[in-house]
Amino acid sequence: MTRALLSVVVLMAALQGQGAEPQIVGLFERDAAVEANNRIDDLVLASLRERGIQPANVCSDAVFCRRVHIDVIGTLPEPRAVRRFLQDDRPNKRAVLIDAILEREEFADYWSLKWCDLLRVKAEFPINLWPNAVQAYHRWIRDAIRENRPYDQFVRELLASSGSNFRVPPVNFYRAIQGREPSAIADAVALAFMGVRAASWPEARRAGMEAFFSRIAYKCTAEWKEEIVHLDPAPADPLEAVFPDGVTVRIAPQEDPRRVFADWLVARDNPWFARNIVNRIWAWLLGRGIIHEPDDIRPDNPAVNPELLAYLEKELVDADYDLRHVYRLILNSRTYQQSPIPRSDHPDAEALFAHYQVRRLDAEVLVDALCWLGGGGESYSSAIPEPFTFIPERERTIALADGSITSQFLDMFGRPARDTGLESERSSKPTAAQRLHLLNSTHVQQKIARSWRLRQVVAAAGGNRRGAIRGLYVTILSREPMPDELAATLEYWKTSGLNQRQVVEDLAWALINTKEFLYRH
Amino acid sequence: MSPSLITGAVTRREALKRMLLGTAGLALAGRFGVRAGLGEQRARARSVIQIWMWGGPCHLDTFDPKPDAGYDYCGAFDKAIPTNVDGIQVSAQLPLLAQQADKYSIIRSMTHGINAHETASYMVQTGRKPGRLVYPCTGAVVSVFKGYDHGYKGLVPPYIVLTQPQGRFSEAGFLGQRYKPFSTGGDPNRTPFAVEGIVAPGISDQRQGGRRDLLHGLDTLGKAMPANPHLEELDRCETKAYGLMFGDAKKLFDLSEEEDETRDRYGRNTFGQSCLMARRLVEHGVPYVTINAKGWDTHKQHFQTMRQKLPEMDRGMATLLQDLADRGLLDSTIVWWSGEFGRTPEIQWNPPWNGGRGHHGECFCAVVAGGGFKGGCVVGASDGKGKEVVERPVYPRDLIGSMYALLGIDPDGSLPNPRGLTVQVLPSGEAGEESGGLLKEIT
Repeated sequence: MTRALLSVVVLMAALQGQGAEPQIVGLFERDAAVEANNRIDDLVLASLRERGIQPANVCSDAVFCRRVHIDVIGTLPEPRAVRRFLQDDRPNKRAVLIDAILEREEFADYWSLKWCDLLRVKAEFPINLWPNAVQAYHRWIRDAIRENRPYDQFVRELLASSGSNFRVPPVNFYRAIQGREPSAIADAVALAFMGVRAASWPEARRAGMEAFFSRIAYKCTAEWKEEIVHLDPAPADPLEAVFPDGVTVRIAPQEDPRRVFADWLVARDNPWFARNIVNRIWAWLLGRGIIHEPDDIRPDNPAVNPELLAYLEKELVDADYDLRHVYRLILNSRTYQQSPIPRSDHPDAEALFAHYQVRRLDAEVLVDALCWLGGGGESYSSAIPEPFTFIPERERTIALADGSITSQFLDMFGRPARDTGLESERSSKPTAAQRLHLLNSTHVQQKIARSWRLRQVVAAAGGNRRGAIRGLYVTILSREPMPDELAATLEYWKTSGLNQRQVVEDLAWALINTKEFLYRH
Repeated sequence: MSPSLITGAVTRREALKRMLLGTAGLALAGRFGVRAGLGEQRARARSVIQIWMWGGPCHLDTFDPKPDAGYDYCGAFDKAIPTNVDGIQVSAQLPLLAQQADKYSIIRSMTHGINAHETASYMVQTGRKPGRLVYPCTGAVVSVFKGYDHGYKGLVPPYIVLTQPQGRFSEAGFLGQRYKPFSTGGDPNRTPFAVEGIVAPGISDQRQGGRRDLLHGLDTLGKAMPANPHLEELDRCETKAYGLMFGDAKKLFDLSEEEDETRDRYGRNTFGQSCLMARRLVEHGVPYVTINAKGWDTHKQHFQTMRQKLPEMDRGMATLLQDLADRGLLDSTIVWWSGEFGRTPEIQWNPPWNGGRGHHGECFCAVVAGGGFKGGCVVGASDGKGKEVVERPVYPRDLIGSMYALLGIDPDGSLPNPRGLTVQVLPSGEAGEESGGLLKEIT
């Protein structure tokens, strides 16, 4: 058997780049003519053609089904959903699945997680929001995402709210910045909503923007850890401030300078605002920005495909800042639906989106997947003993509000510390410690050994080994096994000398440790 | 040397370095943290064992006893005992450590004035006040300068936490993932000590091997895209991981290789066996080990808790010092005992505390031993009730800077910063951070 697989490898290596071994092609991709699904593809394919780069094939239905679940809702697909999707023969079934996924509750959980990274939502050091403010802020963010609040309105509320950290949650935007001086606030605003590192700006430009945030004040109340964010009530003279585009504005004492800035920021013709968010969404879904890093936009870091970026910006503005519209456009594109297997060895192929970029699952998504397979939850706790840090046993990790929750696993797998709001704080790099943990920890071991879900999958096959193996494949890898894989696992079952429980554990262990499980692909 | 003189020296050195490096050299600046061949100071210490008393241990009940302060300050612990060094007394709760006083020095004038756990933890372990950047703690800094980047080839990662990570703040700060500690999980007082990932009870080596072959046979995606750089990185990590699982690392964590008598001497409890584990790790050249000892945040039930914890600490730490000395390791190993602050000298007898102690960052103590630190000394002093520092204040960065000096890490060197900022290992004093000067008197 091993020899059979080995010959596949040899064959693969020989055929690489010219339509490899048909079985594997069928597994991960389908061989079809390159055809654009929408305008995104026209623009991407044009840029690839220009450089003579051959785009990858479209991914198989099984790969698409798993990918769209993991990328968009941070959740493994249920075996039933996989089988239903694979059996569906409607030509538009991918678009139908995308629409359904965008309405899932987990969509709000998963993207709140992302936003809480960017907005540095954590109870403790260095962002001392405190647990009940964290809960209030997270819920506010989640509600906005869940109801698909127009993005301009979302940002305006974050920038221009006043009141109590417990009762007016968006004021926590200003409390979740390390440093309360206007320059720190201006840096954080520029980073989050313009994708710009203001520290590299000329001093005058930075000072001009700081002025908008120079009248914010904070005061405590008699309630433990309550804090009011408000406007300094006693301005003497009109304030002079400069927008990042160089236009000077005089702000009357009765006006809120934050509001003046927010009006400028979210204006339909402000190139910074829409560019930042569409480029980020692109990077979140495809693993790499059209401008990369997505939060380092500057003249000497140009877009690899400016027309594509401009198109997405216009789509967002024309749709009145409906973010889900942008998600839908991207997800329906052929570009997003490409196979991860490159058909070009051009060094820029990945950066120009000629194939789907494989990357390790987010820490939270990975642990949720392991918990789901294991049929249980993680128990999380906080170093702060207070009621708002109680986390129910069944809570999904992607739904955790507080970045201060202590977790060895999440730290090890690159959860961001939420110190800076930089995208690069989240790491998907593999490390030896992570590998050790997945291969050999009691944590993972027990999840497999105690899993009622895996037991149920095997029991449902009624003693049929093939059925059991197929069930494990669909549950863990969201696809049916290939004949070779089936043969290899049956062989292991027969010759390993282990009892059924142990064999099932080993099979589950092996599938969980494959790249196919650990990487978005 | 007065603080101003130290500041002057730093400024000159830093200015020279900036001149030499220029902006183009900044990316390389991280390499300059170790004094390579400058001959100014040779590294005397090789490793650090940080005994971290999570929550804040009471200075009065440990190394700064105030037997004359009265019942409202001493409660049940109103006796101090002499040590094996003339003129130094410690709390009567620490009889074994009293016999080791010639090996360590007590700093009775630690101060930072912060009473919140997270900020105080950060200050004591980074030497910095909260600011725009989150700095790495000492363990992460040591693993920059003593770890893989500088030739460390140990079996196990260079920065290890026994057994759970601290939380409260990100230990690696802006350095990121690569410099985070490896926390072992498990409990060294159980057999086996199930170090997460390295020791999986119930899986034989043979089955482990069979599983590996199975896994490689089923790696269909990997085979479909050979030579993918992202996936190859995982393969490299896997090779390392299997090296740890099948290699000698397992033995390193196997405390049953120690004599029963040795294990008894350290104390058969989590803290005692963690001390023993720490000794084994530094013996194998691990540069930084943190023992994260929880349970010192005693707002309530203070004395009941101390009656259990102090004897464990006394036994574990005293045995560690003696054992390190017996094995000739104390000269090259710094042992650093501290929490994030001390506890309020005045006991809170009222409900709901009913005999507890609060947080006290104004004045607390730390203990240092080995690696070039002199033993048998007391640095600074607190007032008659342990409330305030009255002599020779020592700020966290003074202590950390002194450790770095012994380790041969230049406090004025630069740390690698992912955003390309120039960041000094420790603040130079120009930013106005308080300092009482390095601990010249005990190094």
